[in-house]
Amino acid sequence: MTKIFSVFVILILFFKTNCNALIEIDITRGNLDPLPIAVSPLFTDDETRKNSNNEIKIKDLGLEISLVIENNLKISGLFDPLNNDAFLQKPDIAHLKPRFEDWALIKAQALITGKVNIIDDKLKVEFRLWDILAGREMMALAFTTVPSNWRRVGHIISDKVYERLTGEKGYFDTRIIYVSEEGPKTQRVKKLAIMDQDGENTKYLTLGNELVLTPRFNPTSQMVTYLSYFKNLPRVYLLDIETGTQEVVGDFPGMTFAPRFSPDGKKIIMSFAKDGNSDIYTMDLENRVVERITNHPSIDTSPSYSPDGKFITFNSDRSGYQQIYVSNSDGSNVKRISFGKGLYGTPVWSPRGDLIAFTKLHKGKFFIGVMRIDGSGERLLTENYYQEAPSWSPNGRVLIFYRETKTNQKGEGFSAKLWSIDLTGYNERLVKTDTDASDPSWSALLSN
Amino acid sequence: MSFTKILKNTFLFILLSFILTACATKKTSTTKIEGQMQGDVYTGSDTVEYLAKGVPDRVFFATNESILTTMSRDTLRKQAAWLRDNSSINVVIEGHADERGTREYNLALGERRANAVKDYLITYGISSNRISVISYGKERPVDSGSNPLSWSKNRRSVTVKAN
Repeated sequence: MTKIFSVFVILILFFKTNCNALIEIDITRGNLDPLPIAVSPLFTDDETRKNSNNEIKIKDLGLEISLVIENNLKISGLFDPLNNDAFLQKPDIAHLKPRFEDWALIKAQALITGKVNIIDDKLKVEFRLWDILAGREMMALAFTTVPSNWRRVGHIISDKVYERLTGEKGYFDTRIIYVSEEGPKTQRVKKLAIMDQDGENTKYLTLGNELVLTPRFNPTSQMVTYLSYFKNLPRVYLLDIETGTQEVVGDFPGMTFAPRFSPDGKKIIMSFAKDGNSDIYTMDLENRVVERITNHPSIDTSPSYSPDGKFITFNSDRSGYQQIYVSNSDGSNVKRISFGKGLYGTPVWSPRGDLIAFTKLHKGKFFIGVMRIDGSGERLLTENYYQEAPSWSPNGRVLIFYRETKTNQKGEGFSAKLWSIDLTGYNERLVKTDTDASDPSWSALLSN
Repeated sequence: MSFTKILKNTFLFILLSFILTACATKKTSTTKIEGQMQGDVYTGSDTVEYLAKGVPDRVFFATNESILTTMSRDTLRKQAAWLRDNSSINVVIEGHADERGTREYNLALGERRANAVKDYLITYGISSNRISVISYGKERPVDSGSNPLSWSKNRRSVTVKAN
């Protein structure tokens, strides 16, 4: 197993912030007017070009990092990165002191500049964020890491810029775990896969010999729990991403499925099916103590903890049809919260604690939506022939889910892809994956 | 069967008739498809395999249901008789769902369907330790189409020899 999570050092060189900055982005409404931003290629000197070509086979590392940043800002829907053909100033000069009027001329409101160095196998990246209209520097940071970590530097810079301009944490230095799919529908081969949030650095964590489903990260994003049909026994497994160690944790006398971690990472909550009845259980990962959470002759599954760990939400067909319920985390005080027309499933508590995202089935359509935790304020964000299983970005602003679409008019053939949509209902996007994909789960922010 | 269920089935039947009428100009074999579904339960034999001569390996279910139909019970009594005559054979009951549901709910639904079959076989004298169950949810459809007939073939429990 390759070492995915390597140590990352952040050095803050200097940090000048301007509290009276003019530019600010409101992310609570659908942003139809993204902020024009110029991402100047980071300056790369000749020595560094030579070193980066030798070490990581990249010539213009500064440009590559700026493209990572540009792409992140663009897919957020909040920024409109300007075409760098229009840039008048050279990267090294702009980084020292931009001619603000030049950048204002191409309608940039913010500017990112920087420079990269590789010395003694260490990559050092500096960047500055400038407010063009106010003619001021907004932030300046520097990072030191190993050269192979260059994409992460781009993601971290994106997060810093996003946070500085929106007032909320970003979600770019994150990963997605998902199920990679290949082959015909009747014999689909599924593998666990992990990639950066922008679709790069895909790695496969299983070989496809057995069916795997529904992976979820633990809070530190180093462990994954998922369902595997290893030896034709569908059970909940735990996988250490760095070491590749796998172990069964739901070794019950029947199928265990639908696993998720508790917010403190100490427990796994999952369903256990026996004699035609599925109930929800937890297992303490340290002492392996099992607790029964629901006890009802109906299908109780797809559990999700509130971020404080005090409550859970799950779906149950105890009313006759699949609906969403909320209870205390010990299973007491069960309340149904979904009362709209149709079936409701896969509830997921938002990281902010105030909303529950879900899948809804109504009149042959599938919807991804959100409601408040008491079931009020239901809002459907997207409708399609078939889509399900939303997962929240760590800042609670974006949902990722998967969608199957037919590849011809007769309804034959299909492709499964990951999609994302803002909580506002805007900015629906196909998420790049190397293969067909399903069951996405978003990691926490890897660095802070 | 409750009144609402009868209503629901009637509704589905009417709906299906509409769909079929709409397709009639394209010369779809109307009678054939009608003969393959009752309510929305598959009654045809396209996908059915046989454990032995005259012993079908599978039974079909209505949407979101695990209730055994008259036809299913008839099939399972044949399976039970065959199992009694072949006491060295153990079986796995595979429970399946169609694609029109969330993945995890369908895993549970498949398990519920497989157990409905298991319970019925036990009633007819088959020892529970000869029968194991596994749910595939919607992961292993037998028909990859996305239409009511394909879905009806996929809502199934299949009895498979384990040894």
